[in-house]
Amino acid sequence: MLQLLLLVVCAGILVSGLLAVCLNNLMAAMVSSGLAGLFASVSFLLLAAPDVAMAEAAIGSGLTTFIFIYAVRHAGRGEHEP
Amino acid sequence: MIYRVSVLVAVTLFALIFIRLTGGYTERLALRALAEYYVSRAPLELGVSNIVTGILIAYRGFDTLGEVAVLFMVAASVGLLLRKDDAGFKEAEERRRRPASEIVMTGSQVLLPVILTFGAYVIVNGHLSAGGGFQGGAIVASGVMLLLLADPGARLNAAALSVIESLAGITYVAIGILGLILAGGFLDPRFLPPGEAGTFLSAGAIPLVSALLGIKVGAELSVIINRFGR
Repeated sequence: MLQLLLLVVCAGILVSGLLAVCLNNLMAAMVSSGLAGLFASVSFLLLAAPDVAMAEAAIGSGLTTFIFIYAVRHAGRGEHEP
Repeated sequence: MIYRVSVLVAVTLFALIFIRLTGGYTERLALRALAEYYVSRAPLELGVSNIVTGILIAYRGFDTLGEVAVLFMVAASVGLLLRKDDAGFKEAEERRRRPASEIVMTGSQVLLPVILTFGAYVIVNGHLSAGGGFQGGAIVASGVMLLLLADPGARLNAAALSVIESLAGITYVAIGILGLILAGGFLDPRFLPPGEAGTFLSAGAIPLVSALLGIKVGAELSVIINRFGR
């Protein structure tokens, strides 16, 4: 059961990471990268590391996304060019 | 073309590294010697219920001090790099901003006290349950982030925050030196009585150090966020 859940969460990390790279809308890409951090923190929690999970949830998915949002606001909301 | 090839090469290299890492992985059924030592000795020597906090603040206290110093330097350099020539630019910025909607404002006002209280709880209960100074400080800073996101006009008093942060840092080092004089070494928390394990007032100076760490990390991250929020 735990392993299945862990697999689902890890698939979530992969999918949201891929979306963060592939999405053309920068705002959606940032939210997606924050989601990858959130999935990572859930996986830490499942692996019995609540201390790390807490730090990852607050810093990895919260503060980093915030800083990205402000960076985009300052740099202009450009579309990604391949 | 070169761009795509270099991306491909980088991804392949990463894949090779991770395949090597995961290929040699076998699940450990027993603790390693060092972990065994910490698990068996930390509750006896320090009286902490949460061994992770015990390791972070007592056994690896010097590393934690260095970590906080790195964070301090990051905050200082962010402040230096993102310094703005105020007046004209700020005025234009203020005019460009729309005020947040009623729902967002009310929601943030309801959530903010809850988040800050939870952060304080995590900070002061670091020696009993999961969490500690660093995590709690990050939670407090995410509350500040909510405040700044919901109300773009809100400003933190950065000068007061840096004074608080410096005081917490000085007290942290002073506690470390007290440990050097009264107990076994620098940042040794055993100069206060260990108390009864599992109670709020236990584990020597660990709750004290945890609180200082939380104040310091929270203030530093808030200053960084405040800088970016301009």
